[in-house]
Formats: sequence, structure tokens, C-alpha cells
Amino acid sequence: MNTSVFFGALTVAGLAAGAAAAGTLDDVKARDKLNCGVTTGLVGFAAPNANGEWEGFDVAVCRAVAAAVLGDSSKIEFVPTTGKTRFTALASGEIDMLARNTTWTFSRDVDLKFEFVGVNYYDGQGFMVPKELGVSSAKELDGATVCIQTGTTTELNLADFFRSNNISYEPVPIETNAEAQQQYLAGACDVYTTDASGLAATRATFDDPTAHAILPEIISKEPLGPLVRHGDHEWGDVVRWTLNAMVAAEELGVTSANLSEMASGTDNPEINRLLGTEGNLGEMLGLDADWAAKALSVGGNYGEVFAKNIGEDTPIGLARGLNAQWTDGGLLYAPPFR
Amino acid sequence: MSILTDPPKESFRPSMLIYDTRYRSMTIQVIALIGFLILVGWLISNTAQNLAELGKEPSFGFLSEPAGYDINQRLLDYDNQNSHFRAALIGLLNTLLVAFLGCITATILGVIIGVLRLSSNWLIARLMTIYVEMFRNVPVLLWIVFIMAILIESLPAPRDFRGDTPEATMNVFDSVAVTNRGVYVPEPLFHNSLGNIHLFGDAAVRFDISLDLVAFLIVLGGSLFASTKIRIWADKTQEATGLRPTTWHMRSAVVILPSLLLLVLLGFHLGYPALKGFNFQGGIHMRNSLIALWLALSLYTAAFIAEIVRAGILAISKGQTEAASALGLRPKRIMNLVVLPQALRVIIPPLISNYLNLTKNSSLAIAVGYMDLTGTLMGITMNQTGRELETVMLGMLVYLTISLVISGFMNWYNNRVKLVER
Repeated sequence: MNTSVFFGALTVAGLAAGAAAAGTLDDVKARDKLNCGVTTGLVGFAAPNANGEWEGFDVAVCRAVAAAVLGDSSKIEFVPTTGKTRFTALASGEIDMLARNTTWTFSRDVDLKFEFVGVNYYDGQGFMVPKELGVSSAKELDGATVCIQTGTTTELNLADFFRSNNISYEPVPIETNAEAQQQYLAGACDVYTTDASGLAATRATFDDPTAHAILPEIISKEPLGPLVRHGDHEWGDVVRWTLNAMVAAEELGVTSANLSEMASGTDNPEINRLLGTEGNLGEMLGLDADWAAKALSVGGNYGEVFAKNIGEDTPIGLARGLNAQWTDGGLLYAPPFR
Repeated sequence: MSILTDPPKESFRPSMLIYDTRYRSMTIQVIALIGFLILVGWLISNTAQNLAELGKEPSFGFLSEPAGYDINQRLLDYDNQNSHFRAALIGLLNTLLVAFLGCITATILGVIIGVLRLSSNWLIARLMTIYVEMFRNVPVLLWIVFIMAILIESLPAPRDFRGDTPEATMNVFDSVAVTNRGVYVPEPLFHNSLGNIHLFGDAAVRFDISLDLVAFLIVLGGSLFASTKIRIWADKTQEATGLRPTTWHMRSAVVILPSLLLLVLLGFHLGYPALKGFNFQGGIHMRNSLIALWLALSLYTAAFIAEIVRAGILAISKGQTEAASALGLRPKRIMNLVVLPQALRVIIPPLISNYLNLTKNSSLAIAVGYMDLTGTLMGITMNQTGRELETVMLGMLVYLTISLVISGFMNWYNNRVKLVER
């Protein structure tokens, strides 16, 4: 029994690695479907709505890529992954890209052999506590029980933070955001820590969000972005520039409202190049000339996607902050479309 | 006179490999073996080549790098700067702990339930049937999650113990705190502790041995030895004179007094848990994850063991029971002296597989965040280092070793209790 399992595992590893070697772009086109890895459910970023359709900030990136490559944002299969399973799913070729609020780190990029195509949300790790505990700073958390999603960078940041501040804590490892929510609300842990955006999204689903405070300390840099397998640069370029197109569109003022008007040609050559009425950027990527227009037709530009899913008018209520355009004092800066 | 000639010696021809039944089976086996080896070789080389193309050649160097994560339940000292190897060792000990506790509880529960299921009391027998069918027919993962959910949702949080009129209070003379983070029980402490022996310096396998515990075990062992001596002396006296001297007071004194004296000398006292800051401090903290996993595995496996015990008892012919009863033994003694000892030889072999199942099922621990070997080596370590193949193979090797050790021990025990046939 043990031997057969062993060889079974080897077979899977062998076959999967074999599949990964082929061009993902061709694979996706041949399959006529994009396999996109998302979270198991984090409202605002990726969660099924009442009709069972996935929606959210990360999902919008997947849909934009599907539209750019296949011309249809519904030709997509969402694969829910946990913090533990996501990298194996991507490395084995089960998914073509991962858009699952995943932090861009050196070892993931270099050692795990992935390629982060950019950053779609600049985040940092925070702490959420019930207000009744009367805690106002993370440094007062000595001896606290902390719920933490296992297999994440937050786990390591947490260990570093408590170590460098010379205070103790009790980690309670959990698998998904839903489990963390259950344990936190029942008081089985005092604190829930994850990316600040995730905390805001989780808090928005509570019965009484006002009873919980997010502490001011942000203990890490968490640049979250979509990633693909290392080595397949054509596919990496497609995902990278789809993301850049969403960011650039906001900067250039292309919205879902004026998209069709602008796609027929404007006076601004950069908009024309982006939307494919000028130059041959789409051809260079191996896509149609109007790839970016198709991508933008799904949910609009970055700003629109942000406002619709996690912006200040939503229950999650995140401010743009670092995620504003560079012209507005943020960090979003798409390279030129030229 | 007749001349015996040897039959003409048939020379070996290659076609005989197929057409001669003497060689045919061997030919087929050799071909199958070669085919199997080629398949294995292809798989291994294919995997190695694909990993090399990905730039991830198999390497176990990651084991000596700092783990960087914390583990809540640790039987040995550990912090996040220790190596991945040390983290895996902590996980392994947690696996062994829950497997050990689970096997013991499952056996005790299983034997009781199996015997009671054969009870002549209709209600008890039916209740036990319900128990067995309920636990046997629901996947153990669901039981683990279910028990964890009950523990978390129904027990009070530590903050409920606070205040002048707390919602929850401690049990058993204020010494045990039952919370939704686990159960805090008093811990044994010593005023004049003998200290610890530290073994293996700074190596990853270093550990401490408590000299207090060693001293206590030595004294207890000596007392038990002396107690056995008294019993032997009593047996001899009985054989020689026909009168058995009363020894229970001597024997209990020999066992209890030296241990008690040692505990007093060491300054034994209990450390009680107390609510300080966010949590209870002091005492032994049995985490919810351990309790949920332990309970679920025990209750689930006990249902199977109960069936095995029942089968073992039913395998003993009714004549044995009737003969014992004709000799005037009461039902309880018949069970203990006649039926169970014979039933053991039927019970033990399937019991081994259930111990193995329980040990392997403990790898479902991650469902409740219990940091066992699967949670550390094949969980966080795999995730942080990206060494899927290496960690999973190491993990499989460890589980295989544990299982072989358990079954080796149980086979030895089985050989001791099985009927000696002449």
C-alpha cells in the first residue's frame, strides 16, 4: 500500500511537471478556459455571491485575463485554494494563475520558482481585537492567544514581531478565514491577525463590526499580487500587462463608461496603443489587438474595480491609501504602453 | 536382468521458456519484474528531470535552516529560531502523544462497550449498538471537527471568568479551569527540585530529563519489587503451612510510604492555574485541539474495537461459559478469568490494525490546528520552503516507521498471549 501511494505521488509529480513545461498561453487557448486559483472565500477579494458567481477584487483580475485571452470573462474556472494548497496547485499546473492575496516575497519568487507579475494591492499585516479587551496597541498583547492562518507569511511576521518586542503569545493555527472567524468570535482567541485588508473584509461580515478594532500597528509589508509559474514568460507577460492595463486605464481616464467611445480612436496615442487602434501591442503578446479593451470591458479600470469591491462605499470600506495612482500620492505606477 | 537407462537428457532450448510449463511461470515473472522496474525507473528519472528543469533539485538542506514559526504545544523546548528538523521533531512528539493517549482510551472504551453490547440487559445492549453504529458510520474527520466546534462554542472564554460576578467559575475547588481554549489543570511542582539533566547539548534532538521524575520512578519501581517479594514470601508460607499471612497492609505500606516520603522531601506542591492577563497562567494547559482530536479518535476507534471484542467473545464456545458457571463462578469472574483471556488471541491481530489506523488518522489533526507531524513538517515547513517531495517522503517514512514499530510490538505481545498448541 505504501509503495503504491509513493509511486502514485511520483506519477502525479512527474505528469504535472510535464504539463507545466508546455506554453500556458497555448494551453489556455486550446482549453478555451482559464483556471484561476482564488481564496476559499474572503468577501470583497474573492467569494461567491448569492447566485454562486465568484466576485471580488482578485476575481476581477482573473476575469480581466480571461477576457483578454479568450474574449469572454465567463470562460473561467475558479479553484478555491487555502494558504497551504495554493503553491502546490500552481506549481503542479492545476491552475494557470493564482490571484489570492498572496504576498510577493524573495523566497517565493526565487526559491519556490514563481513569478509575481505585479502588485494589485499594497497591504500590511495588522491585528484585530474585540474593543472590550481595551487594547490600544499590539505591544500590549503579551500573553494573548492569536489566531493565524497557517502556511502564510503572516505566521512568520507574527513570530518575528513578538520576538523582537520580547513578548509572548500563543498561536492557534487555522486553515481558512472562516475557521478563524468562528474561533475569534467565540473568544477562543483574543486576536486575529492577517493582512489589514483581510481584517477589514472579515470584520465587515460580523453582526456588529463596531465592537472590533483594528490596531494601529502594521507590522509588515505585504505587497499582494497575482503570480504565475516561473519560466513561462509569454504567459507571465499576458497576466502582467493585463494588470498594468487596468492600472494604466485609470491613469489615462479610460472607464467602463467611455470605453466604447475611446476604443474607436482618440487623440491620445497612448490610449490608442492601449486599446489597440494603433500599434501592434496585442500581436506582440500573442493576443488580439483589442485585448486590453476586452479586459477593461469586464469591470472597468483598477479604480472602478477597487471602488466596487473593497472601496469606501462598500461594507469593507478600505481607503485607497498606498493603492492610489502615483499621481495621487500612491504607489500604483504602470509602465508605459509603448 | 534388466538394463535401466536414464531417460534421454533433454537439452535446453529457448522455446521451452514459453512452451514448457516448468519454465513458463518463471519467464512471466521475470518479464513482469523487468517491466515494473522500467516503470519505476521512468517515474523516478522523469520526476528528477522535471524537478531539475524547474530548478528544484531534491535536497534536504532546508532541514537545518531556522523554521521561523511558532508551535503552541511543545513537549520539548522550541522557539522560532530552531531548525525545521527540530520543528518536525516537536510535531512528531505531538503525533506520538495523541496516538498513545488515543490507543489507551480507545482500548478501555472499546473493551467496555464490546462487553456491554453482549449484556443481557436489553437497554444497555441497544444503547451500545447505537453508539457503535453512530461512530463507525460517520467519517472521523467530521467527528474531530464536530467535537472541536462543540468545545469552542459551548465552553466559556477566559474573559468570562473575569469580574466580580463572573459568568463562569473554576471547577474542583478552584483548581481546574475549563475554557474554550482548553482545560487548565494543576501541575506538580517541587520546592527542592533536583533539576534536570540536559542531553545532546545544542543538537536538534536535545532534551531534558527531570531528575525528580527519575527519582520518583526509581523509588516506585523499588517499592513494587519489594511488594512482589512479599507476595512470593506469602505464597511460600501458604505452601509450607497452609495458612496465608495477611499482607495487604504491608504491601500497600511498602508501595505508598517511600514514594510519599520522597515527595515530601522534594517539597511537592501543586501549581494552580490563575487568570492573568489574556489567559490562564500556570498549570498544565491541555489545548482544545488536543482534546478534540484525542476524544474523536478514541470514540471513533473504540467503536471498531468494541466490535472486535464482541467477535472475540462470541468466538469462545458456550461450553466454556457453562462449564465455568457449573463450577460456581459468578458472571463477572467468568468473563475475567475464562472468556477474556481466551478471546484475546482472536482480538489482538485485528486490534493491531486499529492501533495503526488511529495513529495514521491522527494526521487529520490539521483540521483543528493541532500541530502534529503533518502540521509541521508536511504543513508549514513544506509551505515555507517549497520542498513538497522531500517533506512528504520524509513524513511517509516516519509514519511507516511508527506503524512498523507498533505492529512489531503488538506481534510480540500476540505471540505471548496466543494459545500454545502442541
